[in-house]
Amino acid sequence: MTALDEVKIGGLGASRLRVEDQRFVRGRGTYLDDIKLPGMLYMEIVRSPLAHARITRIDTSKAWQIPGVRLVLTGEMMAQRNLAWMPTLSYDTQAVLATDKVRFQGQEVVVVVADDPYIAKDGCDAVEIDYEPLPAIVNPEQSAAPGAPIIRDDKPGQTDNTCYRWEVGDREATERAFAEADVVSSLKLHYPRSHPSPIECCGAVADFDAGTGKLTVYMTTQAPHIVRAAVALIAELPEHQIRIVSPDIGGGFGNKVPVYPGYVHAILASILTGRPVKWIEDKTGNLISTGFGRDMYLDAQMALRRDGKILAVRMHADTDQGAFFADAQPSKFKVGLLHSAFACYDIGIGYITAQGHYTNKAPGGVAYRCSFRVTEAMFFQERMMQAAATDLGMDQAEFRRINLRRDDAFPARTPFGFLVDSGQYHKCLQVGLDAIGYDQFRREQAAAREKGRLLGIGISTMTEPLGAGNSREYDILGIKMFDSAELRVHLTGKAILRTGARTQGQGHETTWAQIVAHELGIPADDVVVEEGDTDTAPYGMGTYASRSTPVAGAAVSMAARKVRAKARKIAAHLLEVSEEDVEWELGRFYVRGAPERGASIQECAMAAYSNMPDGMEPGLEATAYYDPPNLTWPFACYIVTVEVDPETGVWDVLRVVAVDDCGVRINPMIVEGQIMGGLTEAYAMASMQFQTYDADGNMIGANYMDYLLPTAWETPGFELHEVVTPCPHHPIGAKGVGECAAVGGPAAFVNAVIDAIGDAGVRNIDMPLLPDRVWTALQTRQSVSGAPPVGRS
Amino acid sequence: MSFSKTVEITETSADTRRITVTVNGTPRVVEVEPRLLLVHLLREGLALRGTHIGCDTTNCGACTVLHDGNPIKSCTMLAVQADGHEITTVEGLGTPSELDPVQEGFHREHGLQCGFCTPGMMMAARALLDREPDPSEEDVRWALSGNLCRCTGYQNIVKAVLWAADKQRGAQPAEEDAR
Repeated sequence: MTALDEVKIGGLGASRLRVEDQRFVRGRGTYLDDIKLPGMLYMEIVRSPLAHARITRIDTSKAWQIPGVRLVLTGEMMAQRNLAWMPTLSYDTQAVLATDKVRFQGQEVVVVVADDPYIAKDGCDAVEIDYEPLPAIVNPEQSAAPGAPIIRDDKPGQTDNTCYRWEVGDREATERAFAEADVVSSLKLHYPRSHPSPIECCGAVADFDAGTGKLTVYMTTQAPHIVRAAVALIAELPEHQIRIVSPDIGGGFGNKVPVYPGYVHAILASILTGRPVKWIEDKTGNLISTGFGRDMYLDAQMALRRDGKILAVRMHADTDQGAFFADAQPSKFKVGLLHSAFACYDIGIGYITAQGHYTNKAPGGVAYRCSFRVTEAMFFQERMMQAAATDLGMDQAEFRRINLRRDDAFPARTPFGFLVDSGQYHKCLQVGLDAIGYDQFRREQAAAREKGRLLGIGISTMTEPLGAGNSREYDILGIKMFDSAELRVHLTGKAILRTGARTQGQGHETTWAQIVAHELGIPADDVVVEEGDTDTAPYGMGTYASRSTPVAGAAVSMAARKVRAKARKIAAHLLEVSEEDVEWELGRFYVRGAPERGASIQECAMAAYSNMPDGMEPGLEATAYYDPPNLTWPFACYIVTVEVDPETGVWDVLRVVAVDDCGVRINPMIVEGQIMGGLTEAYAMASMQFQTYDADGNMIGANYMDYLLPTAWETPGFELHEVVTPCPHHPIGAKGVGECAAVGGPAAFVNAVIDAIGDAGVRNIDMPLLPDRVWTALQTRQSVSGAPPVGRS
Repeated sequence: MSFSKTVEITETSADTRRITVTVNGTPRVVEVEPRLLLVHLLREGLALRGTHIGCDTTNCGACTVLHDGNPIKSCTMLAVQADGHEITTVEGLGTPSELDPVQEGFHREHGLQCGFCTPGMMMAARALLDREPDPSEEDVRWALSGNLCRCTGYQNIVKAVLWAADKQRGAQPAEEDAR
């Protein structure tokens, strides 16, 4: 007998082509908009055109008169049912439909339900609303100014626009370290507001059956079980009578984690009309009202020794939360995992403070392709590293080498409490520098400069905490952040696997089967994967924060191992030996010392239903819940080279080198796809993609004509490299990867442009590095802020 | 096909027009409201749900179909404007048993993740290969620049289209697909 070839059966390490492609390339995916139920009605939302205003009159009578309009909902009607406000995942409240004031442009004011979406829009047009405008607040400075209008006057005891205050670290030790520093380096910047903007918008089809009392909601959600729990708590419906089905999802990136008012409207509309109700946002509705990312102001200092050693860091963050503190984040910290900043560097001391501010902007910060606030943390970290190296007159790569943790330094606690557990940081950096030809580029850069050409190179190295998460850092509504898998092996050795995660393009249907193949030797093609239906999937916390592989993937392994343990008993029975004498190799048990006497996993499966040992219950299946002992800590090194046109401020990317150490790769093809997607978002953030506001609170970036996303034409090519440091606590050694490049990438682009400008006066240009900002920096030889308000163009 | 000869879009549509649109090779005669968008005719009226709606503003290209062989965005064309024309959707690519080379290329080169932009992206690619069987990478990037993808970063999409071009011309597809 020869052992199975793991790659041939689609196991660990196989770049197995994706199973889900078969339906998608034929246009046969089932996305939310593809769901059509008998008698279904369509819902549209009337949104506020103003950022801050008192509602003085709402008249829906003309909408009711339109034939085909079945329901018009106002805040008052919601209030009668105690549903005008709902709790947020950040322990604040959020208006479901406005009653007193509107607090951001695009806020939901009236809902119209009709026989088709055209009539529903006619109904929206017929609604009359009078507003009394109030001053709009569009940044933290305005929010905190004395005499600023109080946005959240609905909250008892709220006397200003402060949303929260938070701190971590050792203030006194940090002050002492700064007193002893040779050099203190400082940097201020704004990480602009951005929107995850999946191509498919958010939506729901709510279907309440008055006969059975069962509520079924098809919903674009990355976390169906969390929605079920939230609906049970908000709507006070019994949890077993709620079924959330997440169909194929057209991209999520964090945007589809929160519970949005539109979901609540659709559910109530279905209850009131007795018919299924479909709601799908238009793109403006999605961009203007649903979860954004970032919008953080950072101001920090670094205490340095002359030889390049970092002694301490001190940071303050002001976050612009919008009108409601609706951050969809399960960490235990008000400002998410911002304090994961500098985790890859050997820094013993630090202190971070943060303050959240209410503004008249869209609520609902989400972890846009990141674990919450990690993107801001790593961006700031790597911009600060560049500024500090420049202040020390030290080479960018050398400064990082001096401070990166060494391979033998694990595990280590960061000054803010995280436990980093593994990595080969120096090796990754070196692979990146070799790939880009760092020294050679520096020579070319100097030669080009002689001729007036501006070349630049930017480095970003970082480790980030992925895989929400262990109980020390995470819970959601008090629930631990476990995930789950249920594996059923059928009579013929084929299997079905269900998990509590929910794929949105990550390819779970392909990779989960590979883990089963790795653990059991059942070919991946023999395993079907199903997710997203709370009536059938085991309880799980969903897919975001790069948690699928670290948590649900671990649960898949553990469920398969339980199956293997039972199969071993069956094998002993079939082989007529004691269990202790049974050995395992991929796909097969055999008798120790007699390898030709064996039983395949398929034979064990057959016996589990037809010939089990006396006293054993039939069947071959197992469920595993996995509560991760720690976060996973992938490391990455991104290096970008650019050329800046001094005449126009336009910059072109020359090369992008990415070195990712995400531990063991289940499917290298899919991992590389994730990295390239993340790099594209990094390029987008650095170059064009942001949402800002004018002084009146009008959002600029409310459609794809104003909110620029890179196309195939602008997006650079990527050169990918890998280093593998297995995760020490994950069953198969994997770490998360989906967000790494989006988190670590932006700083590499910005650092490269700043390096190309090469002027000590230009310490920072806020993202995105639009040509006019770069041009202004070149002309004024000063930093350029991008904070709102901006003038309307 | 009789079920779709008349499309009842609303109970109250007093003012409708009868149009004939040839969709994936089959003439379809339908009654539509003048304001009905082509994408809604395809998705709701004719139950061809492979064409997706992304942005409503002609930017994202998820709704790209071929109109007399040219890629257009069906969210910004009225159904009545398609009267007398030929429309090809993703359902018209390949056959149930044999994929179009573009479809196969997207699968082989991991040119899709969530799959939402994929039908539109493939239709734009199909139109390119119909007029340029041997495109350069630059040709592909330009031809797809009206279609947004948020997942892939485009690199594998470009490879997928080049793979399809090779396959279609009978050239040996790139070695890399032998994963």
